[in-house]
Amino acid sequence: MIEAVLIVGGLGLVSALGLGLASLKFRVEVDPRVEALEGVLPGANCGACGYAGCSALAKALAEGAAEPTACTPGGAEVAGAIAGILGVEAGTTVRRIAVVHCRGGRGVALDKGVYVGVPDCRAAALVGGGPKLCSAGCLGLGTCERACPFGAIHLDGAGLPRVAPDRCTGCGACVDACPKRIIDLEPDGCRVHVRCRSTDRGKAVKAVCSEGCIGCGRCAKACPVDAIAMDRGLARIDPDACVSCGRCAAVCPTANIDDLVAGRCKALIDEPACIGCGKCARVCPVDAIAGERKAPHRVDADRCVGCGRCAPVCPAGAIRDGDPIPTSVETAA
Amino acid sequence: MSLEPRPLTLSSSPHAFAGDSTARIMWTVVAALAPATAWGIYAFGPRAAWVTALAVAGCAGFEAVFQRMRGRPVTVSDGSAVLTGLLLALNLPAASPWWLVVLGAAVAMGLGKHVFGGLGQNPFNPALVARVVLLVSFPVQMTTWSAPGSFLADGISGATPLGAAKTAVATAGVLGPAGHVDLWALALGAHGGSIGEVSAIALILGAAVLLWRRIIPWDIPAAFIGATLLVTGAVWELHPDRVLDPLAQILTGGLLLGALFMATDMVTSPLTRKGRWIFGLGCGVITAAIRLWGGYPEGVSFAILLMNACVPLIDRFTRPRKFGWVKEAAP
Amino acid sequence: MSAGRTFKRGGVHPPGEKHRTAAVAVEDAPLPERLVVPVSQHIGAPARPVVKKGDRVLAGQVLAEAVGFVSVPVHAPTSGTVRRVDVAPHPMGTPQPAIEIEADGDDAWAEPLEPIPAPEAADPSVLRRRIQEAGIVGLGGATFPTHVKLSPPPEATIDAVILNGVECEPYLTADHRLMLEAAGEILAGLQIVLHLFGLERGWVGIEENKPDAIAEMGRRAGDGGWAEVVPLEIKYPQGAEKQLIQAVLGREVPSGALPMAVGAVVQNVATAAAIHAAVVRGRPLVERVVTVTGPGVREPKNLRFRVGTPVRHLVDRCGGLTGDVAKVVLGGPMMGLAQHTLDVPAIKGTSGVLCLTRDRVRTAPAGPCLRCGRCVDACPMGLEPTGIAAAIGADLVEEADRYHALDCIECGSCAYVCPAFIPLVQSIRYAKGRVLSWRRKRGR
Ligand code: SF4
Ligand code: SF4
Repeated sequence: MIEAVLIVGGLGLVSALGLGLASLKFRVEVDPRVEALEGVLPGANCGACGYAGCSALAKALAEGAAEPTACTPGGAEVAGAIAGILGVEAGTTVRRIAVVHCRGGRGVALDKGVYVGVPDCRAAALVGGGPKLCSAGCLGLGTCERACPFGAIHLDGAGLPRVAPDRCTGCGACVDACPKRIIDLEPDGCRVHVRCRSTDRGKAVKAVCSEGCIGCGRCAKACPVDAIAMDRGLARIDPDACVSCGRCAAVCPTANIDDLVAGRCKALIDEPACIGCGKCARVCPVDAIAGERKAPHRVDADRCVGCGRCAPVCPAGAIRDGDPIPTSVETAA
Repeated sequence: MSLEPRPLTLSSSPHAFAGDSTARIMWTVVAALAPATAWGIYAFGPRAAWVTALAVAGCAGFEAVFQRMRGRPVTVSDGSAVLTGLLLALNLPAASPWWLVVLGAAVAMGLGKHVFGGLGQNPFNPALVARVVLLVSFPVQMTTWSAPGSFLADGISGATPLGAAKTAVATAGVLGPAGHVDLWALALGAHGGSIGEVSAIALILGAAVLLWRRIIPWDIPAAFIGATLLVTGAVWELHPDRVLDPLAQILTGGLLLGALFMATDMVTSPLTRKGRWIFGLGCGVITAAIRLWGGYPEGVSFAILLMNACVPLIDRFTRPRKFGWVKEAAP
Repeated sequence: MSAGRTFKRGGVHPPGEKHRTAAVAVEDAPLPERLVVPVSQHIGAPARPVVKKGDRVLAGQVLAEAVGFVSVPVHAPTSGTVRRVDVAPHPMGTPQPAIEIEADGDDAWAEPLEPIPAPEAADPSVLRRRIQEAGIVGLGGATFPTHVKLSPPPEATIDAVILNGVECEPYLTADHRLMLEAAGEILAGLQIVLHLFGLERGWVGIEENKPDAIAEMGRRAGDGGWAEVVPLEIKYPQGAEKQLIQAVLGREVPSGALPMAVGAVVQNVATAAAIHAAVVRGRPLVERVVTVTGPGVREPKNLRFRVGTPVRHLVDRCGGLTGDVAKVVLGGPMMGLAQHTLDVPAIKGTSGVLCLTRDRVRTAPAGPCLRCGRCVDACPMGLEPTGIAAAIGADLVEEADRYHALDCIECGSCAYVCPAFIPLVQSIRYAKGRVLSWRRKRGR
């Protein structure tokens, strides 16, 4: 018994000594900034920056090989902190979040057959393009959910991915994971989305999915700012041009377009407070505001789409919510 | 016009399959252990039946409990837990108290299997893990052998032949009367030991079915038994007065149970034929070494567990030769 | 023990299931009313349509022309009117561009390509061009353009041509019947291929479960010794190119290389017959033989059909389906593609239509790997399928590469034997895609 204890103890001692020596001998000099940088990075190792994890990015940052804005998930805050450590200017970051361009969940889009196989969308896509009849549609096996390092994307009851905007950091892991390429990163500001990627003809879409884009083009006609282009049988919203007025969603016959803005109101200018600077008129995408310089401006309520761009630019705080604009379609959660 | 029924099944090729399934394999092994179990119950009486039933029920129960706890589907019906339970029982003395059996079942399923992630993930044979934990923790209960039933018991003590030999050598320096073992009695199973290890004939009978069905490979038992024979035989040539003869070595101490049913466990043995040879040889040599020079009279369980630990290493260095490659480095 | 030669490692023995159609002579399937001719029926660039809606076409006329070298044209399978040039269902699962033809029933033929009655006197480059013009692809199922396989780079020396009459896929008998009924044409095709390489002597590999085909091919080849019929042990995948070369010649094609690396060219027997027809008779490839079989088909048959014929039409011709069909596969059971509908066209690569009943279709979920090693023993390429599947399951692309995922020939032997029902082939196919893109990214 005693021998055993001695042997084990001795072995432990020897290896501890060895390890200690090795760590002394092989110690590498680290740039102290790397450690500091690692401290401010989120530590999720999501890979959105293109480096193998946060410490790799920290090293690249210290060497000047990466921009302070390289960490998309960290957003402006992390970019600022990085810039602080490195003593440089932080660039600007636009917050982008993932948008799923399909609403063909169970009961909406039809299946080809009973899929038996690897429960992964990318593997399933190798079996005749996947089990959905629509060749552009979401396969619903949750590969994006598993790819997301932030737990920001989950399948709902119908097997469709839902993005939690407050958790999504725009790292793009899901975008790369989806074999159907139906997830995109879009500016957070755009809150209206076409949830379909099928360029098939309307009839073909209708045959396989009750809520797909049939390419009728009504949304494009309804858009006051021409942000919607028809690409073969599919409407595409230019997120940079879109003012999120939701008019397209209201006219879509298959209710495909998501309108995430709750409670839109027409703008109303408090005339006595207006200083007539004209800033609101310049930002209005639909030319609904007019007025003489230095004189109170007015909103043409018929034209106003309630996009809300004017209020934040008014130096006098003279713009408030007017009549509410009813939404004709259910707003998606 | 022919209308196909909808929906059709969509899956990747292949669309044809050989008949075997996990459940079929497990239940076949259970069936192959039936002769040894039956002999154990016949030889040691109803007590053995009770221990067997308790071990099987215990393992099945703990499997279900642990699977529930891990949020996994309960797959008791695949037979793997039942098999572990049966193997555990066959490795216990018939006189084991009930708590020992239940504890063994818990250890087998918990420590032996589910901490590693369940079926297929465990590096060690769960039944052996349980046996060794029990053996180390409760040496008295684990070596209280009952003699086989009186109808066989003309002069056979409850001690196992190996145990008796070890004690004799330790006290008297030579085997003396403990060296006279009746090989036929050993083969039949008329000697002391744990429930399932005593009858060589019953074990071989069951294993033959598995070999024929290609459920166990022949290379592991061949290497295991061969190595034990060789090493113990060589030493026996030198010291016939201190070492049991090699045939007796094979027929006792759970060697056949181990070599045929425990070392051949798919999950915990190497993937390739070359690896299986190395594994079997290792098991045999270690068993012989423990018996000849170690503190325990038996050694099969330790040998298998030790070699289980080496399986990842063995797998790494015995990779199959790839078609179209001349030399191959380990990944 | 069999006397036949075979490959060295791995392999499985699935039941042959060929009794249903082995003795059923090939029958011509009647022309359907509409045919859907996809422009992509081969590996390589899809052909570019040269007809438009409303055009009248004659059988054998070019519908779409080859785009580049690794591409072949597709021809009108019969005479009629082009109804649509648009995406249509395709055996690959997703709709693809195709030309839909309404048959006029006359089956009037366009002028054939100019026949070359004496190919042995013709210039090899003329023959190669002809083989491309005729739209010939590997009819064993891989559909690689034949002229490409027959045009090795100048530095390669080809000294062995092997015809593949193995048909190791269970259920299928189309090649078997062809060897019995058109041995002369097949051998004439072999002669043309031999001439292309300036060789005197070739081999025909046939599994021993087709003794009549071995006898017939041997009889037709005669005693000259120019075509040696090699009986092969019954073992899957004996007909895989690399395995066949090893079985017949004892040569091992290096990993990542083509058969030409060991001086070999393999052609399917049906391809050889098509080469003969294209060269000697000037006939483009617009038809082939398919085995419509399985327990789900009332009267299993071998049918000669025109490319683009709907699978439904072929199944109708075989007495239709029994009630309990649960899976329809184009090709054989080991490597074929499961279909979700019978409304797909049978095309150049369609060697079988296999209708499986519920009792033969596995729907049980996969369990954990038992490490039984059966997949390792079965793999003819010496791979560790379970290791590749586990690596890619854990998203370890680099490790999958180190396990040589790319060497997998997707023969299905591993998944065939796996008792845990793990879809190993699907995992490995997926792993291959990931490994390829990973390597591309790393700039290798
Ligand atoms: S499919 Fe690939 S891994 Fe599986 S047995 Fe065939 S070659 Fe080996
Ligand atoms: S055949 Fe299946 S269970 Fe056996 S080792 Fe391979 S993957 Fe695992």
